[in-house]
This record gives sequence, structure tokens and C-alpha cells, in this order.
Amino acid sequence: MEFPHHLKVQSGNAMNASDKQELQQTAIRVREHIIRMATDGGCFIGASLSCADLIVYLYSRVLDISPQRVSDPGRDYFLLSKGHDVPAVYGTFAELGYINAARLANHLHTNDSIYWHPNRDIPGVEFHSGSLGHLLSVGIGVALDIKLRKTSNKVYVMLGDGELNEGSIWEGCLVAGAHGLDNLVAIVDRNGFQANMRTEDLIPLEPLEDKFTAFGWSVRRINGHAYEEMEAAFTGHPFEKGKPSMIIADTVRGKGLPSIEARPDRWFVNFTAEEIDMLLDELHGIGDAALKSESLYVR
Amino acid sequence: MTYEELLRAITAEDDRVVIMTAENRAAIRSLQPHLGDRLIDVGISEMTMIGAAAGLALRGRIPVVHALATFLTLRAFEFIRTDVGISGLPVKLIGAVPGFLSDGNGPTHQALEDIALMRGIPPIQVFAPSDNDDMLAALPHILASPDPAYVRFNNMPAHVVHTPFKIGKAEVLTEGTDVAILTYGFLLREVLAAETLLRAEGLTCRVINLRSLKPLDEEVIASAARDCTLLVTVEDHFVTGGLTTMLAEVFLRRRLIADVLPIALEHRWFKPATLDRVLEYEGFTGSALTVRILRALENDRRKGPILDQMSSLFKTYL
Repeated sequence: MEFPHHLKVQSGNAMNASDKQELQQTAIRVREHIIRMATDGGCFIGASLSCADLIVYLYSRVLDISPQRVSDPGRDYFLLSKGHDVPAVYGTFAELGYINAARLANHLHTNDSIYWHPNRDIPGVEFHSGSLGHLLSVGIGVALDIKLRKTSNKVYVMLGDGELNEGSIWEGCLVAGAHGLDNLVAIVDRNGFQANMRTEDLIPLEPLEDKFTAFGWSVRRINGHAYEEMEAAFTGHPFEKGKPSMIIADTVRGKGLPSIEARPDRWFVNFTAEEIDMLLDELHGIGDAALKSESLYVR
Repeated sequence: MTYEELLRAITAEDDRVVIMTAENRAAIRSLQPHLGDRLIDVGISEMTMIGAAAGLALRGRIPVVHALATFLTLRAFEFIRTDVGISGLPVKLIGAVPGFLSDGNGPTHQALEDIALMRGIPPIQVFAPSDNDDMLAALPHILASPDPAYVRFNNMPAHVVHTPFKIGKAEVLTEGTDVAILTYGFLLREVLAAETLLRAEGLTCRVINLRSLKPLDEEVIASAARDCTLLVTVEDHFVTGGLTTMLAEVFLRRRLIADVLPIALEHRWFKPATLDRVLEYEGFTGSALTVRILRALENDRRKGPILDQMSSLFKTYL
């Protein structure tokens, strides 16, 4: 099977219109995969959709990795700390040739290891997660070793904004700043929600740039659905030599599906087969999905 | 009655009770308008929540604290042991989706050592209700106790009518002398299904819902050890530190000996999937438990005559 050849940003190829179109088409197919995983047990659909564009972009144009190099010590590392978004990663893996797309139908079956959080039985997954606030620390360890070995690969850690409640994140921010880990890039999927409500209504995070700056990071803020803005940020790091880089990506929870966008009650949902068909239509601009399934907030 | 209705009634009656959560609101969603400031959501900060609960308890409050069982008992473990355990303050810890109930979440969410950890902290009492009725019957007693407590939250529908709850007492749901099955939590449902199948095989079976794991009903365990041919423990917990350990402690203390079949997770996490698939895969459905129990009896030649009565259905599994 031939997989599309993805030229990485860091090899110096500027994003042109056809690159952007390809990213958009891949992201649509990834969203289809995410929607299909939201039935027969359900999944964390809202947060998976918010970071889907970022993950497609990272694997397509930034990360120095390929399905053939998942064990290469010189690869870039991507760590999904907000593990409940793993449908976005698995959808991307299916589209970019890391796993066979047919495996996604095994979601929540005992014949495979595709469930609500990532695990290393799936090729390409660097580390398991699901318990929030762990992978920044793990990423720091990988980044420290890369420094020790004096190689040029990088570590990217995707954090959730709700996840920033966890104290371990702020310990990690202090430690990464103290060690000047400029080979470490953290991305906050700033979709504005934690499980049940808006972050600013519970444990306000803003001004977020100031917090990370004060902890020793170099910070940029972008629109996490705009590939041009991603391109500008991800080609420019480390933003400052000797400092870890933080990219706050403003996103929309449920992005791509108006019937669930930015709704606090559509975090984890187990849709019916009919609703899945409606959501797929909605994704492609054919009508609005009339959703009746009970909203499941917290697992 | 629901868990939320009970908490509403208790908080209305006793203003010492405050409800806390680390943004796990599934079990307490409707409470905010009724409780106002007495519902304290600290966000996803389990350690801070436990420290704050100890501070509230220091001021005379009885905090009822909610988080997923794994993050509550593991991430905040040292805070529970140090701030709640050493002080002995009456903080009531409610752990959600314990054991198999974390179904498709994966090992990060599988609380399979929570009971071992919580019972290891000197003043903490431990309870594992078998269903919603069992839990609601226990809660007023747990909240009235001056001790800290850990509860495996379980609001699944009841399949039996329970006897009145008392801290430190188990309930015996069926009588028998061939097999005694000791269990806790929602697996009672599967154990009762197994009891029906075993009875159809001509075996009498004593089903014991332990409910209160600390203090433990040692008398009911000692009686089962004396009366029954085989003791079976069924739990969604690691074998280490669970019922096998508890039984061993009781047997050593009382110089008892018995044949025990431990059915638990043997040093591994379970396969994540929807709950029905998990039970099937891991061999915890009523029929799978029955097969495992019959196989244990067959392996012990002293119990051979019992096996002669078995139906062909189960003989085909063995």
C-alpha cells in the first residue's frame, strides 16, 4: 500500500495550497474515524475533535517520524498527555499508515487494544496515558536523555487545558524551565472546557501565557484550527534558545460538528448507530444531527 | 432513592457534611443548586482536595469526597495516609468506577489495589456495596462513624433484597455447605447467577456479601471455613491485598484451615472493553464462575462424589 509522502516542515518546504488542502482532507477523514468510534460504548468525542487538526498537522508536517521509524531513537516523540483524545491519534495513524484502518472497528472489543486511552500495543503510541498530568514529566525525561546524547530530535507533549488543574503539570513546568529544555515543545489544546464546564467557570486559567512565561517557558498563542498559524509557530521553535517552548492552541471542543461544538454536555457520549450516520452527514455539511442520546459527562 | 437524594437529605439535616469533588460530577450532578457553597469542586486536583478535606474536617466538617477510585486512592495516596490517616479525621472517600466498572478506560483507570491500599491505613474503614440499595443503606452508618472511610461507589440496580446494614457485618444471602462464595461490589450479581447454576447441579451454595471489608466480619468467614467444602472468593481486585489476603489473616489469627479458590486478577490489569465483554473475557460471568468452581472441585478428588451429579452441560466445559 502506498501512503502519501509527507514532506516535513523542518526539511524546509513551505506549506502551499495543495499541502493545506491535503491536510484538510486528512483531517476530515480523521474526524470520520472519531465519529465512528463514538458508538457501541462511546468515546471522548468533543476533546478528540478539538485537537484533530493539530495532530494531523504534527504527524503530517512536523514530527520527524514515519510508520517505518517508530522505534528509531533519532525520531521525534509525540506524547499525548490528555489521553482521552486518542481517537484523534488513532484516526491519524489509520490515515498515515501506522495502523490498518480496519482495526478501528475493534474499538472496545477484547480482540484488540483500542480503547478510551492510548497504550503501547498500538504501533506509534510512545506511552500510555489517561491519568492526567503524567506525560509532561515523561517528556522531560525523554528530552533530558536527548540532551545527554547530544542529538537533535525533539519532544512534543499535548496537554489539555482542564489537565492544567493537576499540580504535576506545574512541577513539570518548573523543572523543564530549570533545565532549559529547548528540545521540548508543549502544546495546550485550549478548547475552553474541562469535563463538565468551561475552565474559566471552575478553575480559571487565564492569563495562561503569563503563567507559563513566569515558569520559564517561551510562549506563543495560535488558532489550533488554522494551519498557517501552526506552520508559523512550529517552524520557529525553540522560540528562545535555552527555554522550553509552549504553544497555546485555541480550539473548539467538538470542532466540525455544530450540534456538539462547545457544548459542556457532549464530552463523552455513546451515540446510536443512527446518530453516527447523522453526525457523518453533518460533518459533510448535509443537515444537522438531531441527537437524542443521553449525555454522559464523566467516566 | 438515588445517591444524590440521600446526600441532599443528609446535608439538609447535618450542616457538618460538605460535598467535595475533583471535577467528577457524574454522581452528584444535581446537588449544586441545593448545596451552594457546601459543594466544593477543586477541579482535577486530587491531592489538594484531600488536604483541603482534612482542613475542613479539622474545623468540624464531615467532607464526602468524590473522585475516580484510581486517582483518589493512588494519586492522593500519601495525602490520604498522612493528612487523613494520621489525623484520623472523618473524611469520607467515595471512589467512582472501581474495579471492572472502569470498563473501556484501560489500566490507568483500573482501581484494582484500592482496597488493599485503603485497608492498610490504620483508621480507615472500607466498604464495597453490591448495588445502589446496599450503598444507600450503608451511607448513613458510614457518615455517622467518627472514623475516616473509603467506599467503592456502586449505583447499579439491586438484584436482591438486602438485610439491614451494620458496619462490620456481612450478609448471608443463601445457605449451603458445599461451596461458600465470598464477594463484594457489583460482582454479587454474577455470583448469584453462579449460585443458581450450582444449585441446579445439586450443590448447595452459601453466598456471602461482605459489604464491610474493614472492619471485616470474621465470624461469617470462620463459619464458612468450618461448614463448607470449598471457599471461593470473587472480587474485581488484584489477588494481592484483596480477599485472599484478608482470609489468610483471619485463618492465621484463628488457626483455621480451608480449601480456598481465589477468583481475582492475578498480577495483571484486565482487558479494557465494554463491561459485558470484560466479564466474558476475564471469566467473571455467572456461568464462567460456575465452570471455574466446578473445575476446582473436580481437581480435588476428595470431592469427587459431588461431581458425579453434574449435568452434561458443565461436564463439557471441564
